[in-house]
Amino acid sequence: MPLIFYMLALVAVVSALMVVTRPNAVHSAMWLVLTFFAVAGLYILQGAEYIAAVQVLVYAGGIMVLFLFVIMLVNLEQVDGFVRSRMRLSGAVVLAGLMLVSVGAAFRLAGVTQVVPLPDGGLPGSLAGPGEPSLAAGNLEVVGTILLTSYLLPFELVSVVLLVAVVGAIVLARREA
Amino acid sequence: MPLVSYISLSAVLFVIGVMGVLLKRNVLTIFMSIELMLNAVNVALAAFARHHGGLDGQIFVFFVMAVAAAEAAVGLAIFIAIFRLKQTTDVTEINLMRW
Repeated sequence: MPLIFYMLALVAVVSALMVVTRPNAVHSAMWLVLTFFAVAGLYILQGAEYIAAVQVLVYAGGIMVLFLFVIMLVNLEQVDGFVRSRMRLSGAVVLAGLMLVSVGAAFRLAGVTQVVPLPDGGLPGSLAGPGEPSLAAGNLEVVGTILLTSYLLPFELVSVVLLVAVVGAIVLARREA
Repeated sequence: MPLVSYISLSAVLFVIGVMGVLLKRNVLTIFMSIELMLNAVNVALAAFARHHGGLDGQIFVFFVMAVAAAEAAVGLAIFIAIFRLKQTTDVTEINLMRW
């Protein structure tokens, strides 16, 4: 188990670095697909099959196709490389270091290092009550049930958000008539 | 795997995304870095959901993904509109709102 985690984590980090460092946007997109697949593998490793499936379908399937279409539409000239500003570069490096240190400090302060083993009955921290399906029923079934009962209103609202985004995207990208 | 490994991985991915947003010049690569950051946050959410033994974190990941899809669609549409105006994908050239 740890070996699979480390392999997936390595793939994710290396391909993420490739996304940021490749000069060609199409190459970046391809490496980003690899990152998405590695993250999907991490979800499966955590028992979140539904999220893994959505990750592959929505990110690797949908969003990346959108990216590639836009790259094909606009990439007349190759804008490569990084911002040529010494101040910007040093600022970014300092910020990155600060973020990593703060995550480490948060863990040190919280003292969270061990996974709490799952209790047999009930799910602490979940809205699923005793009468509702438990984790044992399979991830997809439980997530679907929770999504359409406890989280029904946010679920419907998200569909409205997506509809507004689709209409907005069409309006923005449309050529002025 | 302990929670700390997942969160460390999440932090590393997030920082890579931040560096991409701050340092790249191509708008499309900056967008990809934003997606990378969203993914890093999703990894952290899923790890915390596992840590708590609940599924609410996974539901939240689902909503983050939905909003990310909306963000990508609208962001790329804005980018196409700007590209039509300025004919460039270089953020250092797109400074219409700079004083």
